[in-house]
Amino acid sequence: MIRLIDVHKEFAKGGSALNGISFELRKGEFCFLTGHSGAGKSTIMRLIHMADRPSAGDIRVAGYRAATIEPREISMLRRKIGYVFQDFKLLEDRSAAANIAFALEVTGARPAVIRSKVGRLLAQVGLAAKSESLPAELSGGEQQRVAVARALANDPLVLLADEPTGNLDERATWGIFDLFRDINMAGTAVLFATHNLDLVRRNAGFRVIELDNGSIVFDSAAEPKGKA
Amino acid sequence: MYAMREAIRAFRRAPLLTGLSAGMIALSLFLVGLFGLAAYNVRRVLDRVEARVEIIAFLNDDAVPEMVRQAQEQIEDFDEVREVRYISREAALLKARRELPEFETLFGDLASNPLPASLEVMLRPNQTGPEVVERVADRIRAYPFVEDVRYGSEWLDKVFLLRRVAGTAMLVLGISFAVVASLIIATAIRMAIYARRDEIQIMRLVGATEGFIRGPFILEGLLTGLGGGLAAVIATYLVYSTISQSIFQLEWLPSTWMAAGIASGAAVGILASAIAVRRHLREV
Repeated sequence: MIRLIDVHKEFAKGGSALNGISFELRKGEFCFLTGHSGAGKSTIMRLIHMADRPSAGDIRVAGYRAATIEPREISMLRRKIGYVFQDFKLLEDRSAAANIAFALEVTGARPAVIRSKVGRLLAQVGLAAKSESLPAELSGGEQQRVAVARALANDPLVLLADEPTGNLDERATWGIFDLFRDINMAGTAVLFATHNLDLVRRNAGFRVIELDNGSIVFDSAAEPKGKA
Repeated sequence: MYAMREAIRAFRRAPLLTGLSAGMIALSLFLVGLFGLAAYNVRRVLDRVEARVEIIAFLNDDAVPEMVRQAQEQIEDFDEVREVRYISREAALLKARRELPEFETLFGDLASNPLPASLEVMLRPNQTGPEVVERVADRIRAYPFVEDVRYGSEWLDKVFLLRRVAGTAMLVLGISFAVVASLIIATAIRMAIYARRDEIQIMRLVGATEGFIRGPFILEGLLTGLGGGLAAVIATYLVYSTISQSIFQLEWLPSTWMAAGIASGAAVGILASAIAVRRHLREV
């Protein structure tokens, strides 16, 4: 479903962010993407989301190719990809329900669909009782749950989570991780970028790709390095 | 629907800035409207003056009546000519006595009639330009019994020059203020884009199309331009009404001019916001 083939990314001012990254994320798979800050995790996420283009190599996501995708196709692709950030990126002047509804409104969903879906998503992330709360009235973990619900609004094939627990305490971290695991068990693939090695170690059953200086140094999927 | 709601929300979020934008467009178009009102009334006066443009061919005293009659028919056949009237010497004296009563005593003392017979040539509407008048005058002058041709060439040239100056000034003023109004709208849209940059980023994140993202900003520009245009028409009407009631009667602008003014406001609004959106959305 997501395939990176010998992907390179050069910085505009010189230097390289990624050096020949190749891997495949299959439908319904859960994969940790680990590595120190600056290892290239966020760059991979941005490239998969087609927010940036690779300097060399190719990326294939849900039938689209980075090399040939048209600008108007990018918005269609993004409806198939949920994206969750470390800093939540919620609209501060809108309630939890309105933040989730926003993702549906701007993709043209009908009001009746929006109402029923927002209620279901709030229940799924355990925030049915706080639907009208503003982000400032929610804890960090609760805000991240709203962000996850928003990422799920358009029924994505895959969730990209870029350090989603980076701003959370340990208890909230495990709560959010459990939520991602439940979402994955329901069939949505998850690419979970984190430098929290404790989280990775305690979930040894999941696939792990480790990055260092823009290269894959370990892939637990037991495939030879550099082969997708 | 979404674009309209977001455009209205943008007005509510920054009423001062939006009001300032609409106010500046209104002021710009109001000044254009005032100038338009003046130019239109000047034009109407000039139209009336132009309608009275005529060529008078004074005839020799020994002109043969039959030749004059034939010339009158030929001149009437000119494409530019509406009517040709023969004014005999006697009729000319009567007309002079009627139109110049202050010289009645002088006319009464005359031993003989000093006024020549003439042909008064009236031109068709839209055939009163200086070049046309001069061309017709030259053709009439070619008749051997025509002693002199008068058509007030100097004042006719001035009338047309005044019209051209008024038209050009209105165009230059209109374009200048349209540019100023565009810059103001573009600034307002730019600020609106930055105020909504978080929303825009999230819209892109979840797969909104660029057209959908641009919609509210373009609509905001359109509404601002329309509002400014309407306000300008109302303000211009108030000035027209005040002057007409207290100083002298003016003619109100034709509905096509008002529609053009409002449409100009809308067009400036759309154009300015489209340019601003195209330029600044990339920076978000």
